[in-house]
Amino acid sequence: MSYIGIIITYVFISNMILSQFLGLCPFIGVSKDSDSAVGMGFAVTFVMSMASLVTWIIYHGILVPLNLEFLQTIAFILVIASLVQLVEMAVQKFSPALYKALGIYLPLITTNCAVMGIALINVREEYNILESFTAGFAGGIGFLLAIFLMSAIRVKLDKENVPRFLKGTPIAFVSGGLMALAFMAFDRALLANLIG
Amino acid sequence: MFNFLKGLFKENPIFVLALGLCPTLAVSTQVVNAIGMGAGVIFVLIGSNIMVSLLKNFIPDEVHIPAYIVIIASFVTIVDMLMQAFVPALSASLGVFVKLIVVNCIILGRAEAYASKNSVKDSIVDALGMGIGFTIGLLVISLVREVLGSGTITLFPMGNFDGVIEIPGLVDAPVRIFSLSPGALLAMGFLMAGFNWLKSKKKED
Repeated sequence: MSYIGIIITYVFISNMILSQFLGLCPFIGVSKDSDSAVGMGFAVTFVMSMASLVTWIIYHGILVPLNLEFLQTIAFILVIASLVQLVEMAVQKFSPALYKALGIYLPLITTNCAVMGIALINVREEYNILESFTAGFAGGIGFLLAIFLMSAIRVKLDKENVPRFLKGTPIAFVSGGLMALAFMAFDRALLANLIG
Repeated sequence: MFNFLKGLFKENPIFVLALGLCPTLAVSTQVVNAIGMGAGVIFVLIGSNIMVSLLKNFIPDEVHIPAYIVIIASFVTIVDMLMQAFVPALSASLGVFVKLIVVNCIILGRAEAYASKNSVKDSIVDALGMGIGFTIGLLVISLVREVLGSGTITLFPMGNFDGVIEIPGLVDAPVRIFSLSPGALLAMGFLMAGFNWLKSKKKED
């Protein structure tokens, strides 16, 4: 698949949150206001791109030559956890302003399914290193898009008169469902029309 | 006993704590997937709770999260390999979500909040309660989605029974949207609202 195809696929067609259900916890938990949603989105994009790159190197450079593919899960989660830690320290040292904005979200990303998910998807789809990186980046942008739209909806919802039992998380899920419905308009046929 | 029951209803991981949502929504298209996923999570949860509880005095505080993650990842690898060997069809339909048990917040959450502070016996009870609570939540969602979305209930094939129960009326004209991704989110939202209603009714009694 071409790079543009990969980008369109992971931003719209197989959107991390709305069609693959990866990263739902932050989608519901951190979408109460737009600032933190965007912060989380960028932090995830960054970690996902880096993680795609590093896990590709680990998988194809170490695990495959040594026939240790079954250690995939353990290796990937360790790589992601240390990567998140490293990113946190680097950001703290070089850009205190960015750290102030992203700081609290970074540790949460270790248990974000989207990061682990894209690493596993890259292996499943047999992407090469650049394709993996592109998929990771596009997946992150898709996550950012979904969580930002969600936060905008929730800010509005706060002012509305929501039925008592639907208040809070339930109505967030229902809005997410309607959003996913809209995203269903993006499908493989559309992609084929766009780039042939 | 209380420890066991709290996971089922009062602190149900899915409907009340809202943990472990990604696999919940992704694999709940068929009842059989929900059972398989539930069994996998119960196994990993019990295994990791036992290990964490046994090792709680030996793991230094500074590295406890990475240590727990390695323990959990080992059990997930075991489950993944067992599923591939004995139930390949189930393993294929759960896809990456078997491996993603490793980032399921319920498991790390229980290790951190419960097993690291309590005895082995209590941790097993806690793991069973939470695991079964998770499976029940998963079953409820998958029942709603499969019955409405495809008009069937898929279980394991046994003897003459091919494993699929068809619901008359719905099987010819299912509400397809429930088996697609938007339906999962909608069903989850309304089920949660129903759970809130049940809880408030129980409080009033």
